[in-house]
Amino acid sequence: MILEARDLTVRYPGASGPALDAVSVSVPRGALVVLGGPNGSGKTTLMRGLLGLVSPTGGWTAVEGRPTPEWPRDELARCVGVVSQREELWVPLTVEEVVLMGRYPRLGALTPVSRRDREVVAGALARCDVADLAGRAAETLSGGEWQRVRIARALAQEPRCLVLDEPGSALDVRHEMEVMELVRALVDEGLGCLLITHHLNLAARYADRMALLDRGRLAAGGPPSEVMRAEVIGAVFRWPVAVGPGPDGVPQFTPLRPGDPGPPA
Amino acid sequence: MTLRQAVVLGVGALVALLAGLSFGATGGPVALLEGLRGSDPAARTILVELRLPRVLLAFAVGGGLGLSGAALQALVRNPLADPYLLGLSGGAGLGAVLAIAFAGDVAWGVPAASFVGALGAIALVYRLSVVAGRRLDPRVLLLSGVVVGAFAAAIMSAIITLSPATQLRNAFLWLLGGFGASSWQALGVFAAYAVVPMALLGAAARRLDLLSLGEEPAQFLGADVERTKRLVYLTASLLTAAGVAVSGIIGFVGLVVPHAMRRLVGPLHTSLLPAVFLGSGSFLVLADVVARAAIPPVELPVGVVTALVGVPLFAVLLRRSLR
Repeated sequence: MILEARDLTVRYPGASGPALDAVSVSVPRGALVVLGGPNGSGKTTLMRGLLGLVSPTGGWTAVEGRPTPEWPRDELARCVGVVSQREELWVPLTVEEVVLMGRYPRLGALTPVSRRDREVVAGALARCDVADLAGRAAETLSGGEWQRVRIARALAQEPRCLVLDEPGSALDVRHEMEVMELVRALVDEGLGCLLITHHLNLAARYADRMALLDRGRLAAGGPPSEVMRAEVIGAVFRWPVAVGPGPDGVPQFTPLRPGDPGPPA
Repeated sequence: MTLRQAVVLGVGALVALLAGLSFGATGGPVALLEGLRGSDPAARTILVELRLPRVLLAFAVGGGLGLSGAALQALVRNPLADPYLLGLSGGAGLGAVLAIAFAGDVAWGVPAASFVGALGAIALVYRLSVVAGRRLDPRVLLLSGVVVGAFAAAIMSAIITLSPATQLRNAFLWLLGGFGASSWQALGVFAAYAVVPMALLGAAARRLDLLSLGEEPAQFLGADVERTKRLVYLTASLLTAAGVAVSGIIGFVGLVVPHAMRRLVGPLHTSLLPAVFLGSGSFLVLADVVARAAIPPVELPVGVVTALVGVPLFAVLLRRSLR
């Protein structure tokens, strides 16, 4: 397992209930695990727990079998590349400078940037379809371009695992599809990937496993065919849905309007 | 930083140092040559015992203030941060005024007292800003700095108001900063002290870059953010405190030069910090030249010159960046 949480419980100070309640999730090498659930169900808390940014009140997390708190941050950054939900710059950086920071965990305090570092950066830019933006000021990018630049930075870390927190939320159809195809290709090359998303229909077509959180608890987990069922999705999101096969046979759901034919809420 | 930029900054620094040695209350470049040749013992004494340590000290203090400002701006992610914003000037000023009022004749009394005052302010601001266990919150840091500074300034004003006129004038002049009391000894003490904070800030350059992305992204890219924040706050503040002890409160260098250098060499700290060191050092040496030579034999407080020169420069920079 490259990322693993066992019975992870997190309670934020002052909160009435736990943000996460005994959740177990694991991401193996060469697998794409999709994590979904309603707003506030604990998805980002689970990610923060897996990456050692919140200390658990119960249970444990590990990266490559080693307890997360034992990982120095720079070593963890050489293993896991993260694209978090939000990020704002306060100084004007170029796209190339932003992506070059993906090399920092591999550079000492004073080591000069090598030719190989530049090559890895160029490769990551090309793979995310942003090579032509290299010299642009990051603050002038569209939301979708900025997202792809940050994915390129995560790739420049040459990680063994990717964690993406809603990477497609600012992307148009073509660019989201390109990101999903890219992620799947990387997973097929052996990376582990945890993908947090609200776009479950799309994610189901790429996922090896899916897990749904509901109010801090693991509500469903398994291959997409088991999770993408009307009663599961309907119960987790508390809205009736109809499920039918998509063009590739993977179940896809459609939220129902009151009065639509389908199972009652 | 391109090679050309490095050469420009290096040559600029040399020119500033030569100007600092050449101009002053007595004589110009001719006196410098005579001093070097040693034909005139008086000129030589002025050059070696007065101007050389003064110029080098101004350069080192300027470089320190610039580094401190650049690092603190990255820490609080705010271009308005300045080495004194975090309560330091208040603490140092209070220390110095106390020393002037109650121990005016003690050798090194004022520098030592201002240093102690600055340390007190640093400790107090740090203590106030560590929230929820061990987290250092940059926003709270700014607020604590302003609050502690204002409190110290109030006490200082009260003491100054109650002091006799000569002491009042001394305190006022000290607060505006100057290198009139420079000596090889002062330079030695400052250099020995400042080299470690400067090296630590330099070694933190890449972590400062990461901080500019925000705390969480910085952690995902390998920076130990809490450690970095504490290191940067403490080293930058201690560096400034040493500068204050040897030359008083010199404003504007740590605010303006990092800005100008960001425009010149970009915001990445591996280039920015060396550029800021050279630029701030040169700027303060030149400001000190103006302070000495503008209306001899009166010496203007160097803080007055940095503001008089720095403000218009800054205004031009701002206008250019808005276009």
